Amino acid sequence: MIRALKRLIAAALLFGLAFAAGADQLLMVRSGQQFPEAMSTLQNALTARGYKISRVQNVDKGLSHTGYRTDNYKVVFYGKTEEVAELTAKHPELIPYLPLNVAIFAERNNTLLVTNRPGVLADFFPDPELKAVFMRWEKDLTEVMNEVREAR
Amino acid sequence: MALRYIALIVFALAGTAQAAPDGASLFARNCAVCHGEKGAGGIGIPLALSSFQAAVGDDYLHKTIRLGRPGRVMPPSNLSDAEIDAIVRFIRSWRKQPAPRIPTGRIKGDAARGKQLFAAHCAACHGASGEGGKGTGVTFSRPRDLPIMPPALNNSGFLASASDGMIRQTLIRGRTGTPMVSFVKKGLKEEDIDDIVSFVRSFEQAPRPEAATATETEKAILEMDSPYDLAATIENVKRAATSQNFIFIREQALTSGLVPEGEEDPRQHIVYFCNFTMLNTALATDPRVGLFLPCRITVVEHEGKVKIMAINPKRLGKIFNNAELNAMCDEMTKRYLAIMEEATL
Ligand code: HEC
Ligand code: HEC
Repeated sequence: MIRALKRLIAAALLFGLAFAAGADQLLMVRSGQQFPEAMSTLQNALTARGYKISRVQNVDKGLSHTGYRTDNYKVVFYGKTEEVAELTAKHPELIPYLPLNVAIFAERNNTLLVTNRPGVLADFFPDPELKAVFMRWEKDLTEVMNEVREAR
Repeated sequence: MALRYIALIVFALAGTAQAAPDGASLFARNCAVCHGEKGAGGIGIPLALSSFQAAVGDDYLHKTIRLGRPGRVMPPSNLSDAEIDAIVRFIRSWRKQPAPRIPTGRIKGDAARGKQLFAAHCAACHGASGEGGKGTGVTFSRPRDLPIMPPALNNSGFLASASDGMIRQTLIRGRTGTPMVSFVKKGLKEEDIDDIVSFVRSFEQAPRPEAATATETEKAILEMDSPYDLAATIENVKRAATSQNFIFIREQALTSGLVPEGEEDPRQHIVYFCNFTMLNTALATDPRVGLFLPCRITVVEHEGKVKIMAINPKRLGKIFNNAELNAMCDEMTKRYLAIMEEATL
């Protein structure tokens, strides 16, 4: 009985998330923090949930080296070591979308963060086993993005 | 025990049903990223402007939120009606005046005459067929022709939300503090304005490129088998990227930075490359696409076979709901395929 109820709750949560993915396929937030602060809030929020930052790509540097005007623009790559290894051993088709990433860029005194909803990957790779993973990422990432949005 | 669970659920359900949705936090979550925390505008246009609020009814706001602007960045929403109404009330709280009542009926003007007037007075900003300004609002500290992007008037989301009366009010009042001025002050007569309104309404009949149509048939990834071994394929990819006018940036194992150095799996290899002119154009069009840049091709050895793979920009581009990206994404898919073909030849 209890187990059935738990399953029901889990299903309701999953359904809720899947439904939310229907409208907007991107997760985007505006942080009131300046770029450097928002960047460290993001990285801390990710590490607090067990993810490791694998790389920060400086899109801005490449652009200004080639003579284009730009403000701070970076892409943060992150993942869980074992998870990435296990998943891609079984599903190499996921590799082009991994490690997961978040684009972070300055807009005047604010910072914007953008990433695709991991739930969108469930449309790309319809596999029930993978869907559970994508939904877990989506839950984590929604929390992370909210944390950055609310940080002052 | 079981009873406690049931009680909990009932309680939780009752809680969600009763609590009035909080417009401020819904706005912060769903809208502020584009329209600014206080509605000052950003990627999206300003919503706090008094002259804007005076020209639109609650119905226009509600429908705009529900439908979004297909192909023009603003996504549709699947919030409940009650939640959308809460957001509308929150937007109204900035002006502290009751929402105006905007007539919903059709205005009978001369659309043919309106067409001439539109070409003379509107097309410079909104485009010859109402397709709107280029670029994605005021963002990314980039120079732009106008501080606020002129919205698309031929957009199905706009046309379904705006009544003729709203368009008329907008032309009469203009939007103070934006490039959109009052056309009464510019000398247009009421009759001219009605003709223009009828012409804008006629965009409903015009066939328009509805960009945001999802191409479910497009695959999420591009992949090809390589007849060469892993090392040779990697070198081929680098050479092919260069010959297609990209600059090699770097290469790494997929798990580089995740596992201790030396423990990466060399059979999952990523090659990054970039064409800065394309990158700059893409970011100027929509800064969000940086998420999938620089370009990358992955070389994988799996069960003894070597494969090269990439994201499919044509499929992925749709998630941005930005029609201006479509041609660029098609082009990127072509370039990826060209590199992949050359590398496996
Ligand atoms: C100098 C550029 C410019 C010209 C000329 C101009 N507009 Fe605009 N228009 C704008 C901008 C910018 C906005 C967005 C204003 C805002 O921030 O609210 C706008 C907003 C609008 C809106 C509201 C649309 C929406 O989605 O909210 C309508 C309708 C409109 N214009 C119609 C017209 C018509 C019809 C004409 C010609 C009579 C015209 N405009 C001329 C720049 C212009
Ligand atoms: C991803 C960015 C984005 C998000 C999120 C977004 N909008 Fe928009 N919004 C836009 C853009 C861009 C336009 C103008 C479309 C155009 O240029 O054709 C717009 C237009 C509008 C308009 C029409 C304004 C006018 O002048 O008539 C309203 C109203 C509006 N948005 C409200 C909202 C509300 C409320 C939310 C949250 C539920 C929201 N938007 C979420 C980008 C966004």
